Amino acid sequence: MVTDLYGGRLATDIAGLKMKTPITTASGTFGFGLEFTDFLDLEKVGAVTVKGTTLAPRAGNRGQRMVETPSGILNCVGLENPGSDYFLEQTLPKLRQYDVPVIVNIAASSPAEYSELAAKLDVDGVDAVEINISCPNVKDGGIAFGTCATSVTAVVEQVKRNTSKMVITKLSPNVTSITEMALAAEAAGTDALSLINTLLGMKLDIERMRPVLGNVTGGLSGPCVRPVAVRMCYEVAQAVKVPIIGMGGIMNAEDAIEFFLAGANAVAVGTANFIDPAIAETICDGILAYMDRHDIENIRDMIGLALPGRKE
Amino acid sequence: MLNATTNEIDLVAPEIAATAVPGQFVNLRVSRHTAPLLRRPFGVARVDREKGTITLMYRILGEATKMLAEVREGETLSVVGPLGHGFCLEAERPLLVGGGLGLAPLLYLAEAFREKAEVGAGRKADVLMGGRTAEDLFWKEIFVPCGEKIGLTTDDGSLGTKGTVMAALPEMLAEGGYDCVYVCGPVPMMRAVSEAVLAAGIRCQVSLEKYMGCGLGACLSCSCGGIGKRLKVCTDGPVFWAEEVGEW
Repeated sequence: MVTDLYGGRLATDIAGLKMKTPITTASGTFGFGLEFTDFLDLEKVGAVTVKGTTLAPRAGNRGQRMVETPSGILNCVGLENPGSDYFLEQTLPKLRQYDVPVIVNIAASSPAEYSELAAKLDVDGVDAVEINISCPNVKDGGIAFGTCATSVTAVVEQVKRNTSKMVITKLSPNVTSITEMALAAEAAGTDALSLINTLLGMKLDIERMRPVLGNVTGGLSGPCVRPVAVRMCYEVAQAVKVPIIGMGGIMNAEDAIEFFLAGANAVAVGTANFIDPAIAETICDGILAYMDRHDIENIRDMIGLALPGRKE
Repeated sequence: MLNATTNEIDLVAPEIAATAVPGQFVNLRVSRHTAPLLRRPFGVARVDREKGTITLMYRILGEATKMLAEVREGETLSVVGPLGHGFCLEAERPLLVGGGLGLAPLLYLAEAFREKAEVGAGRKADVLMGGRTAEDLFWKEIFVPCGEKIGLTTDDGSLGTKGTVMAALPEMLAEGGYDCVYVCGPVPMMRAVSEAVLAAGIRCQVSLEKYMGCGLGACLSCSCGGIGKRLKVCTDGPVFWAEEVGEW
């Protein structure tokens, strides 16, 4: 894909995945992309990362699924999705009408199920799979795989073996050392890493003296998690060679730039899509303005500039 | 202020005013900062197409609605809409049943039926509204110009029939000859009313409210169980035929 968008200055390449801009959408915050076509031009987004997809349909969690917290939200949607058959038959053909790479976030409850799902999604129109081993809201699987290095290895190896697509591993921040998980995923062959998924949290209703969320706990996202995400990106970037998609509370260009400087090769906007549904496109103007101000010709020249030893 | 805790705001939003139908909502951002973070959904309560304005009504409860109450004329707010699907306007003899802020979208619906009746298509809507006390039913005056018969119930009997709307509903259903009943209010009210209405062989629409993240069908916060499928309150609704709702 050769692009003239923004004079090619924002074009990047994540382990072979060519993106017109370094912006993708965090899984679960952008539906399947088609929900946002009234607000932005999907073809001006670097890649669309779709809602977490499972082999069979999932109804998600019961009770209240979201609550706002200071500068953030907690959610416990629980991977509600129409399943892989529906995605392949109904959604993917519509997405393929747009000239934009599609990253499918996949979740399963065993390494074997991850393999089956990865193999099933190894079709034209899918450009990459993002392994969700970090969902905090499901009992079977999800985060259980992402908080133990040997499980990370097992899942990544299985998926790599069963797909010809680029494989991204999405890491959980709910660990003592995210770098250890990143290294395990890299050693198992992941082509790229994305980080961070949500931070596990909860909110109580003090009048009812009960948790607000139906699933008791939920995943925290939004600007309140950004400092944690930037720190983790900064640490992981110094430890691995594979490219990183950074995310966590990006609300504007300045926030995104922090992640690039901390070593992210691309970034994802998540919670911000709910508030400003055009942000995955419009954020690029601010990034370009910053690049102009700092005499940075190409986004690739900005990656990791804040890492130790990278800039005088 | 409509009463001690309920307020209204007119927004100049010509594109929304031109297309919003009763039952649709808008998603309003009250802060330019990160707290409150999410937009807040509000059902459209009134539309003035000539002036290009829409009216939203809200109860001052949390941080966002407190900030909204402090917005002054001339300020600019970001609003997305109209969103969702509205009410079926085909009824010839409509009854609207509501309580609390559920009456806000029903006001626009009542106005739509008044406009229809003016050109000889069907009748103005009857309205049944319930509240805890007489003070909750300030809505009565608001509905007088567009409604026909207005039934009132209060939990304490301070105005109208004592009890919930269920205390007055059977008689209204028996005598009204309604062909469709529209309900918006607390879930127990919508559930009880819709069961009674369906049992009487009358069509019924409900307008659900669930915590929304995006209002666009992406986050699935407001997902609820339908019959054999999941429903998104924001994009499949918020108005549903009562028999579509499988899980209240």
